[in-house]
This record gives sequence, C-alpha cells and structure tokens, in this order.
Amino acid sequence: MTNTIATPSGASPPEPAHGLHLLREMMRIRRFEERCVELYSDMRIRGFLHLGIGEEACAVGVMQGLDDGDAVVATYREHGHALARGMTMRSAMAELEGKVEGCSRGRGGSMHLFDKATRFFGGNAIVGGGLPLAVGLALADRMQGLNHVTACFFGDGAVAEGEFHESMNLAALWHLPVLFCCENNLYAMGTALDRSESETDLALKAASYRVPAWDVDGMDVMAVEAAARTATEAVRGGGPHFLELRTYRFRAHSMYDPDRYRDKAEIEGWRHRDPIPHLVEQLTTAGSLGEGELEQIEREIDAEVDDAIAFADAGTLEPVEDLERFVVTERPVPGAVP
Amino acid sequence: MSTVTYREALRMALADALRRDERVFLMGEDVGQYGGCYAVSLGLLEEFGPERVRDTPLSESGFVGAGIGAALGGMRPIVEIMTVNFSLLALDQIVNNAATLLYMSGGQFNVPIVIRMTTGAGRQLGAQHSHSLEGWYTHIPGIRVLAPATIEDARGMLWPALCDPDPVLLFEHGALYNIEGELADDDGPVDLDSAIVRRDGSDVTLVTYGGMLRVALDAADALAAEGVSAEVVDLRSLRPLDTATIISSVVHTHRAVVVDEGWRTGSLSAEVSARIVEEAFYDLDAPVGRVCTAEVPMPYAKHLEDEATPQVRDVVVAVHALGA
Repeated sequence: MTNTIATPSGASPPEPAHGLHLLREMMRIRRFEERCVELYSDMRIRGFLHLGIGEEACAVGVMQGLDDGDAVVATYREHGHALARGMTMRSAMAELEGKVEGCSRGRGGSMHLFDKATRFFGGNAIVGGGLPLAVGLALADRMQGLNHVTACFFGDGAVAEGEFHESMNLAALWHLPVLFCCENNLYAMGTALDRSESETDLALKAASYRVPAWDVDGMDVMAVEAAARTATEAVRGGGPHFLELRTYRFRAHSMYDPDRYRDKAEIEGWRHRDPIPHLVEQLTTAGSLGEGELEQIEREIDAEVDDAIAFADAGTLEPVEDLERFVVTERPVPGAVP
Repeated sequence: MSTVTYREALRMALADALRRDERVFLMGEDVGQYGGCYAVSLGLLEEFGPERVRDTPLSESGFVGAGIGAALGGMRPIVEIMTVNFSLLALDQIVNNAATLLYMSGGQFNVPIVIRMTTGAGRQLGAQHSHSLEGWYTHIPGIRVLAPATIEDARGMLWPALCDPDPVLLFEHGALYNIEGELADDDGPVDLDSAIVRRDGSDVTLVTYGGMLRVALDAADALAAEGVSAEVVDLRSLRPLDTATIISSVVHTHRAVVVDEGWRTGSLSAEVSARIVEEAFYDLDAPVGRVCTAEVPMPYAKHLEDEATPQVRDVVVAVHALGA
C-alpha cells in the first residue's frame, strides 16, 4: 500500500512576484471574512456563516495549479475557494447579503456560492455530498475528451461519510481526473477526528483505494502549492490523487458555535502557525517584500472589501414575484425541446 | 406495427437515445455484462461498449451523484437504479443535489439527468423490493416524475425526458415488463406535461398511473358489465400533475376514485384527492374515493400480497360506495 503514496518535491522559495500574489490572495480572503464577522453582528449577513480563517493556504495553494477549464467543487466553508478561484468579491459579498446581484442571486447565501464563469460548482452543504459530483464532472470531461481536472474540497468530517468511500472507489476504478483535497482541520464541527475515526491517517484511507495520496502542511501555502501542482499534473490526463491538507480553523465552526470542545492552548498553538505571517516572514527574509509594501497591500485589500460591501449594500432584493423562477429551467416556449 | 413487450419498448428507447446523441450514456448496477437486472438493457453493451453502457459498483449514492456531476459537465446520463427501495441510498443526491442545484445557483447550473428505476409489487419480492415510493418523490420541487403505464409510453417517454434540461425520474412498474402490445413503427415522443384519458366514461372517473392502470381498466370493464360507465385517467406525469385533465374529467362524471399503489397516508392519492376537492368540489356528487395499498410492509406470501395491493374488485367496491 505504501508504494501508492508519493512524496511531492519540496517547496522552493517563490519567485518574488508570485510570492506577493500568494500573500495578497490569502490576505484578501482573511480580510473579507473578518469583515463578514462585522456584517454578521450588524445583521447584514444572516443564516449559517462558516469562516475559514486560518485555512487560507489550502484554497490559495491548490488553485495555483488549476487552469481556466478546470472545475472546483467545494463545501459550505467556501468563501476562500470562491475568491481564490476568481469570483469577484462584489459577487460573493452581494450573495452573503442576499442580494440579486450576488453570484447565486441571493438564493444560496454563504453556504451556496456558485459561479459558472469560473466553473465553481458550489458551495455544497451536505457533508460528503460534493464528492460524487466531482467524480461525475471528471467522468464528463473524460468522456468528452477534455483534458480537465476537477478539484474537490471537503473536510475531515466527510471521510466518515459513505459518499467519501464510494467516490474514492469510483474515481480510482474508472481512473478519473479528480484532485481530492481534504482540508483536515481536526474537527467535524465539534467532534475531534480521533473521536470519530478508527484510523486518523486520512491519506492512508485514500491510498487503500489505490489513489496516490500524501499529507501536506496546510499552514504553508508554498508547500500546498508545490504538492497541488505535482498532483494536478499527474491528475491531468491521469487518475485521481488525494491531498490531506493539515490545517486549522482559528474561529469556531460557525457564528452559532460557542467553541466549548477545543482547548485554548491548542488554538493558540496553531495561531503561531498562521499561514499569512509565516509567508510575510519568508518574503521579508528573501527580500521580496519591500519597505511599506505590506501596508500598501493591506490598503488595497481594504479598498477592495469596502467596495464589495458598498456594492452589496447598494444591491437590490430579488422581486418576490421571482420566487418560483429557476425551480425548473426557463424555456421560451413551454414544452419546447432546447 | 409490431408486437413488443414493455421491456423491449424500454430497450428500444434506450438504444434509440444512445444512437441519437453521443452525450447519452447508461450507468447502473449490472446494466452491462449482466444485461440489466430486469434484462431491459440486454444487448446494449455489445452495440455501444462499456464506456456508454457502464456497470457500476453497488454505490447508489456514488453513481447517482456521479450522474448528476456528469450532467453538470455536459453529458446526458441515464442512471438505472434496480428498485425504488434502493434509491433511498441515493436520496441525498436526488433531493439535496439534483433537485436543488438550479435554484440554489440562481439559475446557473441545470441538471439534465434521467434516473430510471423499478417500482411496485406483485412479484412476491417482499418488503425491500416492492414498495411504491414514487409518491415521495412527487413532494420535491425541481424534479419531474414520470410513470409509463403502456408500451407506447415505455417507448416514447425517454427521449423527451432526456431533452428536459432538468432531472427526470422514470418509474417502471416491475409487473409490466412482460406485458405485450402493439407499437406503431412511427410511434413518436410522448407529451410529458399531459395526463391522458385511456377510456371514456360518464359515471365516475378513475384516476391512476403506472402499474394500476391495468387494474383500473379491468375495473372499468367489470363496471361496464353492470351498466356503470367509468372514465380512466392515466396521470403519466406524477409531477407536475396535469390537474386540468383530472378536473375536466371529474366535472363531467361528478365522481372520482383515485387508484394508487402507494400507501394512503401522505400519498400521491391524497394530493390528487385534495386537488379535486379544491377545484371541483361543487361538481362532485359524492366524496372522493381512494383505493391504495394496505398500510403494511409488503408481505411475501402471494395471498397476502394480493390482499395488500389494490385489486379490480376493490376498485369496483369503491365505485359502488360512491353510489355509482
């Protein structure tokens, strides 16, 4: 079994411009979500709001290896994935505020961001439910002779679902181009991994389906990017690969969660591994981050988030007359075959 | 004109769809080498190959979800589930994904998938292979539910179902696979939006679908012998319901009995009854009657299974109870 577990080449220091790009992408997501907290308190965002603060390196790192034609399937903790994939901040924020200008017309909210333009297939809020979709998207690409990759994100909790195992088996059996990205933040909502899994080495589970699998430091964006690029190259035109991205969410599961199940010292320990300061330090040491450059990036991101919030605030509510639109596809002539 | 079975008509529809559109493929348990658990897809593997007639592991949620994903990715999958009872293992994918993705995405992602499965009792298969759960699926906005009750519908429903940009569930009644009938050579697609009057009558309307159509038609024969003229409406589409055809018949006959192989409580028959009461109350001469399956898990023993499921005599008795 161990021979199916490959080891990616070690991450080398990023070229300066690319390093700054990675930093900016992670900081955009961080700032976006920090402002979401304020908007939630201000009742402008409602429903369940799951933040990925601390986990930004996973989404940003994996997206670097994807092409425009590739597909992404994500979970309900997907703001970072949508933004890193290229959804505009305006579109995402308007969706969170329930406005018709949002990516899903305000029908989805925080848990259901969708974007056809970037082949972003949600925003799936049934744990494990997105994995079969990713298998099918990859099957469609394969049957149509398209050399695309489908990146499928899910958490450690999904590993306990039958759909995880069914999807691993199908993707491996049919040799489909799926990059499975398990963001292992150690907790399925409030249940620690070692309280719910008899085997906590998740890469080993994937490897048991003959899917090449390895674990990656999910707090190091360069390590994630290096592993994801290696895996994506192998997946493209090949079969599935699995990355266990070992990460941590600094905040509670959702805005409703009092976070009674985690030790404060554990959270603090992981905060010391925050991927953003970690990259800032690396870039500074390498001389890639000039004097005042970090502050400049912060100002630009603040302006982008301000603009997104202003856009969402100024957005419109979908007319109630449209409530039943898109239950089924709209056709110009009833009964006509498209 | 040729004589074919319901099974052969379904197979002709599958072969036709696979020939017409390269995006179409069939996927499910034992659809390929085995030839289909009810032999519907027998021979298709040889003509279309293992990519397009694709055997799957016993992973209902996995392969139904993969079908939904493939539909999102530009294919036109036909997914076969052995029986409606097994479809419960894929309920998450059907209800939480197929039915919701278009709405949840604000109209961006439609799911053009057809999911076929066997339903119904009558073959002594017991409580895990015989239930009529199609009524459950009719509760769900975002999916179309079809029940071909005739050779023509078995042949003609699949292609328009594949042309529908949204998910379609197609329920084949297991007791119908061996029935034979005439099929016109130029038999065309079926209008999926409409119910159809299978027999004209003036004293009572029997509203039914799927495997119960034959029971209702036989009951109409028996009633005719007594001088009672029964009209038989075959719903064909269980969701959306063609309420107009039902109401127009009831307005004309003034009495209605719903014949549904599902259980009575919380059923499709309840929905049909409610619509008749809502829209034709003042045209009724009697309360709406219902003939449904007894509220028991389906028993194996033949005499008990017959007792549990609607029979011709039950329909006749129900019609008499309305004073017809």
